[in-house]
Amino acid sequence: MSKTTGRNIGKIIVIIMLLIGAVYAGFPVVWMFLCSFKPNTEIFAYPPTFISDTFSLNAYRSILTNSEKIRFFLNSYFVSSVVTILTLFVSVLSAYSFSRFEFKLKKTLNMLIISVQAVPPITLLIPYFGLIVALKLYNTYWALIFTYMVFTLPYAIIMMTGYFNTLPKELDEAVMIDGGSRLLALWKVLIPISIPGMISVGMYTFMQAWNEYLFALTLTKTIEMRTVPIGIQQLMGQHSYEWNEMMAMSILGCLPVLLLFLFFQRYFIEGMTAGSVKS
Amino acid sequence: MTLKSRPGSLGKRLTPYLYLSPTMVLMIILMLVPIVIVIGYSFYDNVIMNKHPVFIGIKNYAEILTDKNFHQTIYNTAFFTISSVVFHMIIGLTFSMLLNSKLLHQTTRSIFRVIYVLPWVFTAAIIAILWRLMLNPNGIVNYFLNIFGTIDSKVEWLGSRDTALYAVTFINIWSGYPFYMVSLLAGLQGISIDLYEAAEVDGANSVQKFLYITIPQLKPIIVSMAMLDCIWTMQQFSLIWMTTGGGPIRATEMLSTYTYKLAFSKYEFSQASSSAVIILIFSMLLAFIYVRKQKARD
Repeated sequence: MSKTTGRNIGKIIVIIMLLIGAVYAGFPVVWMFLCSFKPNTEIFAYPPTFISDTFSLNAYRSILTNSEKIRFFLNSYFVSSVVTILTLFVSVLSAYSFSRFEFKLKKTLNMLIISVQAVPPITLLIPYFGLIVALKLYNTYWALIFTYMVFTLPYAIIMMTGYFNTLPKELDEAVMIDGGSRLLALWKVLIPISIPGMISVGMYTFMQAWNEYLFALTLTKTIEMRTVPIGIQQLMGQHSYEWNEMMAMSILGCLPVLLLFLFFQRYFIEGMTAGSVKS
Repeated sequence: MTLKSRPGSLGKRLTPYLYLSPTMVLMIILMLVPIVIVIGYSFYDNVIMNKHPVFIGIKNYAEILTDKNFHQTIYNTAFFTISSVVFHMIIGLTFSMLLNSKLLHQTTRSIFRVIYVLPWVFTAAIIAILWRLMLNPNGIVNYFLNIFGTIDSKVEWLGSRDTALYAVTFINIWSGYPFYMVSLLAGLQGISIDLYEAAEVDGANSVQKFLYITIPQLKPIIVSMAMLDCIWTMQQFSLIWMTTGGGPIRATEMLSTYTYKLAFSKYEFSQASSSAVIILIFSMLLAFIYVRKQKARD
């Protein structure tokens, strides 16, 4: 067998395996997409229809004209954006401290930040319930924003510290010799260079907040405070299973994350990897 | 002028803590205080519901640890976690190696990479609904299984006690492997080609190259991903809650759903707290091993 035939056979095997893998990974998503354009009566048709003759955008229309459901999206956008901005801001300050100072509790605090990531949300949920009521935050956006930050901050700090550590200290020293303050050095020098790292951290934070379910379920009560994951779940109870609407809402619900992912794929994958490999 | 704070000047010594203060305030109020509260709750009787709860020592723990349903829960969680971690690893490694194949064109690889990463962009609520649709007795999965002759009847994958645990584990495997794939892919790209070339000179075949170069090189990534995955999968709540709710008849009850039900369906907040503390202890043990392994590598 010549080397080229060997390569060709190898290539065919790889492509066949890739296609099998693609069906496993992608078919459910394609099916969700197709079902969102069907009338509800056709969802469980036998044999299944793949491209429906009665293609319609009705499911999307009924969601986008329903102010209650629009509100779910607005809530999710608002909460996730605020969480992302605040997380970036606070984590940059902490990361600066870990990266640029030597101090007594540095090692201990760093270890704590890493281990905090392992604390189960369900453990915090029971005390949160009382605590959030006591802080008068029950059923407000702030209840979600603060509790989400407890889970987004550690990863962001670890990532940004790693990022700052790769930047030479001479950069900020130059600004400070010119009479600038530390904050100026951080703002004018470090942050602009760190934009790629911040994009990756910001995306991950946004995704975490957008997807959060347990706290949103328990710490909010009224329908106008609910976020998209809860909204999708409530569709199940409300009607007698409007599957097409649930699929349409799911498509709309994953769009922001999907778009973020497609645009910033490179940063995201690099960032994720750096974090998980050598945090 | 150095960046190191000089001892002596109090202001200078406090500066690093000043930068850390927002994080510290948040973590004290919403992490430290709640953990102290939940541990406290777990030693009292009937907290939250009763205005004057009584201290009862470890009675809540004794009750939970002797509860048959809790044993079932431990078994379910262990099965769910271990199967998920093992299959995440196998699928993640296979896909990342396919995507890294030098036989393919760059464009082909990027297209498949996007397809393979898809399950990752969906939140648990969406994944739950999607698979409830697909695994419905009249759904598309049963249709395909009928066509290919594997089964004849309409299996209720998520509704039957015999299959529900396997079904939720399958769903969790589907939704979680991209995390491994992405990291392993970067790890694969970081392995020096020289290693493979040297092995080829020595006459190594592809299986040997895989066993003696690829796996040892990826081992640190694989180990740390598996630890993180163990911690997160053990705590999984939303996916279970929205697919089976822990049912039918506790067939898919996990530590997290068990705790949630104790608290928010039965209003047994004290027992729920003990159960929550048990999960915390498990998680911290795993985290401890993880941090030590990380340190050993640094």
